[in-house]
Amino acid sequence: MKKLINDPDRVLADALRGIEAAHADLRVDHENRIIYRAIPKDHGTVALVSGGGSGHEPLHGGFVGFGMLDAACAGEVFTSPTPDQMQEATKTVDRGAGVLHIVKNYTGDVMNFEMAAELAAMEASVEVRTVVVNDDVAVQDSLYTAGRRGVGLTVLLEKIVGAGAEQGRSLDEVVALAEKVNADGRSMGMALTSCTVPAAGKPTFDLPEDQMEIGIGIHGEPGRHRVQMGTASEIAQQLVEPILGDLDFGSSPTIVMLNGMGGTPLIELYLMYGDVAAILEKHGVTIARSLVGNYITSLDMAGCSVTVLRADDEIVSLWDAPVETSGLRWGR
Amino acid sequence: MSTTDTITIEGFTAWLAAFRDRVTEHRSYLTELDSAIGDADHGANMARGMAAVMEKVGASPATTADELFKTVGMTLVTSVGGASGPLYGTLFLRLGMTAGAVAECDAAALSSALRAGLDGVVARGKAEAGDKTMFDAMAPALDAMDAAIASGASLAEATAAARDAAAAGRDATEPLVARKGRASYLGERSAGHLDPGATSTALLFDALAEVTAS
Repeated sequence: MKKLINDPDRVLADALRGIEAAHADLRVDHENRIIYRAIPKDHGTVALVSGGGSGHEPLHGGFVGFGMLDAACAGEVFTSPTPDQMQEATKTVDRGAGVLHIVKNYTGDVMNFEMAAELAAMEASVEVRTVVVNDDVAVQDSLYTAGRRGVGLTVLLEKIVGAGAEQGRSLDEVVALAEKVNADGRSMGMALTSCTVPAAGKPTFDLPEDQMEIGIGIHGEPGRHRVQMGTASEIAQQLVEPILGDLDFGSSPTIVMLNGMGGTPLIELYLMYGDVAAILEKHGVTIARSLVGNYITSLDMAGCSVTVLRADDEIVSLWDAPVETSGLRWGR
Repeated sequence: MSTTDTITIEGFTAWLAAFRDRVTEHRSYLTELDSAIGDADHGANMARGMAAVMEKVGASPATTADELFKTVGMTLVTSVGGASGPLYGTLFLRLGMTAGAVAECDAAALSSALRAGLDGVVARGKAEAGDKTMFDAMAPALDAMDAAIASGASLAEATAAARDAAAAGRDATEPLVARKGRASYLGERSAGHLDPGATSTALLFDALAEVTAS
């Protein structure tokens, strides 16, 4: 293992120190491992709390700030944060209008956020609602799985719902908006290499030079299929088709994200985006907005994911609304 | 069964220490199992969690089972994360609530407290037999323990039976296709690997058998 670390067991604590040093508009609670906005939002507006295992940066800490999240709880690498962290974050960011928990559909995340909501309900001080993001078409949603994973769509949802909350929408309206985004978006990812969890010290799985994993999540877990390596346009095809097969985008405009898994250079991500856009166009899908880069990663994994979200005028205008976070920043 | 055939607070504490030693010793092995079908963190998480538990328990020794296991459960819930934190945390919280404010448990009381812990795990994780989870080690362990108690076994014999059944249950997870947790995303590819949660649960019963062996 060759990594820029001091101690495999202190990666998260050290990274949080760096985040605090780099961003004056963020405040870090090191004991509870929570990243907050330095300037809280106005009283009477709904607050957004998300969180999850670390190793997906910029998600979630990089999306804390004006127009997106109010707080992000950081777990150990690839491990959900704990209920006490989430409860502390929830109490701190509440501005009297309720708090939305944005949870990616992974067993650990769901259980810990569930326990946090139970604790918050016991204290009866903050109204907490939850949206569980589950956009990954690689997983069959059936009784025989833990359900579809929450992956790339989480980024778009945090941006769009964050903009809605910033406008002063009620908790009910914010929840409805989050559910709409979750229902209207789909993702599919692939890996060229595994990733190395610092505490494990070696790659999570072996992937021969001539093979790739299709249908991966964001934790270095193997995908559903291991297939022969292909060209970028062949891979784009294998990512886009399951998405279009799962949700009919009709003639609706879309927002498309081509996301890097952390270890793939931007030149390849742009190359992939070109192929993805061409395939979507061939299928009659209009792209209103796009986002290309590393936004929800798996440490040093090479590979990418595609997210397509149906976007009417309201969604596009919320997407265009000002945002000021370390991960996304425009229009203010 | 004699009236002295019980596990005391000191015995419970020794059990937890023995479990800590086992997850620490097998940390890499548990993580290796988790790499195959999960996300390569089970060993690190359990070792970190049990180290935190023993630190807490050492700092403020409990005098009753409910007090002790509440500390254990809350420490796991707040220090482990992932799915293991809520699942093992709930197991110990329920175990303590059912054992109650007592300083020792006989085999039957211990078994019913463990059974309450299992019910808590099921309520939290919604797992059923054959889903390839910790349930598949723990449920057979408790069935074997109850059967042994019903036929007049001592505490040591009952926990030995539980240990053997947990190990057999763990081994039986190998061919299963996972239907819960992160391994379920692999579909058929999850078959052919031991479940990491069932493996750490077998260590829990191995530790219990060791400390209750006369």
